[in-house]
Amino acid sequence: MAVQDTGVGLVRAPSAPDARPLRSVRRLPAQKDWPMLAILAAQVGILVGLIALWQAAADHGWIDGFFWSKPSDVFATLIKFFATGDAWTDIGFTFRSTIFGFFLGTTCGSLLGLSFWWSRNYAAIVQPYIICFEALPKLALAPLVILVFGIGLASKVAIATALTLVVSTLTTYAGVKALDSDGEKLFYSLGASRFQVFRKLVVPHCLPWIISVLRVNIGLALTGAIVGEFIASQHGLGRAILYAGNTYDIALVWVAVLVLSTLAMIMYAAVSWLERILRKGIRQ
Amino acid sequence: MSVKLRLDQIGMTFRTPNGAFTALAPVTLSISPGRFVSLIGPSGCGKSTIFNIVAGLLEPTGGRVLIDGADATGTIGRVGYMLQKDLLLPWRTVLDNVILGMEIQGVPLRKARERAVPLLQRYGLSGFEYLYPNALSGGMRQRAALLRTLLFDTDVILLDEPFGALDAQTKLQMQEWLLGLWADFGKTVVFVTHDIEEAIYLSDEVHVMATRPGRIIESMPVPIARPRDRGATLTPEFMAIKQRCLALLMAGHDSALGEAA
Repeated sequence: MAVQDTGVGLVRAPSAPDARPLRSVRRLPAQKDWPMLAILAAQVGILVGLIALWQAAADHGWIDGFFWSKPSDVFATLIKFFATGDAWTDIGFTFRSTIFGFFLGTTCGSLLGLSFWWSRNYAAIVQPYIICFEALPKLALAPLVILVFGIGLASKVAIATALTLVVSTLTTYAGVKALDSDGEKLFYSLGASRFQVFRKLVVPHCLPWIISVLRVNIGLALTGAIVGEFIASQHGLGRAILYAGNTYDIALVWVAVLVLSTLAMIMYAAVSWLERILRKGIRQ
Repeated sequence: MSVKLRLDQIGMTFRTPNGAFTALAPVTLSISPGRFVSLIGPSGCGKSTIFNIVAGLLEPTGGRVLIDGADATGTIGRVGYMLQKDLLLPWRTVLDNVILGMEIQGVPLRKARERAVPLLQRYGLSGFEYLYPNALSGGMRQRAALLRTLLFDTDVILLDEPFGALDAQTKLQMQEWLLGLWADFGKTVVFVTHDIEEAIYLSDEVHVMATRPGRIIESMPVPIARPRDRGATLTPEFMAIKQRCLALLMAGHDSALGEAA
């Protein structure tokens, strides 16, 4: 929406006898929006340009092709990864640890956050522990988790859960704290039981808070799963990246990163969709 | 004459570091069935304390609340209580907000909705049943909150400044609406307001309160025949009551200022 140029500036009429010095005329900055197609073309253009530049740089020896690899090799490796490699096993493994950790962490965290409504004393006692657990760099404990839960799926799920749990707990607790005490008063004046207040007031009130962390949590769960795989694993995209790096198969590193990013984007889109559905469901 | 609601010497004293603080000196008040009674007074005179005690949300430090002659002190769900805010739940439709009281009392949802729909239509919320509260104007929200209180089906309802946040025009409309509702349902109403004219126009009795400690300093009947119209507010009787109320409130105000100085 461009601003119409009316030609009216902050200029004083010259006839005024006590004319102050003219102020400089400044107009509201206006920006024209490009059509969608032009934006899209620019986006694709940048991507294609970067890939072409990378290929050319590797071909002409501007960068070391051994360390940087190049798009044509990456593409060839991608085909091979899916045709003969463990692509689907790895994707499935990482996907499962992420999803399990995401659901476990989000569910338990939300329930824990909601539980603080039941007793202020209990909330006061437990809260410092939650804060400590949040401040703790949980990834630093990953080696310990691997020792306890083994190198299979369980350890990755555990790390992903640990990362998502705290965020959900604290956000849900923020929702509980934002509850208007007059709302509770209304329910009690209608003769409600504590459980009725919880089910009909506290839970629906906190739902937007719970939903708002879903997108953050899916990213955190993926991070947890990958870090678990980095430390010790037999499968997964994280393990594939580490393995490829250790064997100087740089093209495979890029392939695994590419597949991982795609997986991340798909899961993010799915969670965003879930969030929209849920929001519509509660009609806030 | 029977008594629907009786406050028997209810008082509220808080212990503070500086000694006991009396928020409410023993208040005694008897209200007959079907009467419309208003409490007016300055902020901090204990109107809301009285309501919280009657609704069972606050245990008085002395005295009893009697409903139909039976002790109801400290029991919840005995009277309908409408707080200052409408407190409509944003995730429920207007209809489902209105049936909240019945739902909590265990009336099956379908039956509760069947009872509520005709009332919504009759009392000016027709067409709004399935909308969410955020689509409603202030007056409409207040209507929904009042219907929720009425549908809770108690004989006594407490209204805490229900029209305090409305503009003057809507307020007048809502007063007429409330009087219509009251005539239809025959409930016993206790009404709190800061607006003297509103209190007199709506009520059978007006009780003027004072602060420090909160107490009732004068009770006066409003001997104006019902149904009333706006013209009643210009009659000499009305003016006399209004003047008396104003004098009492101003006196309390001055003494409070004198104490502060």
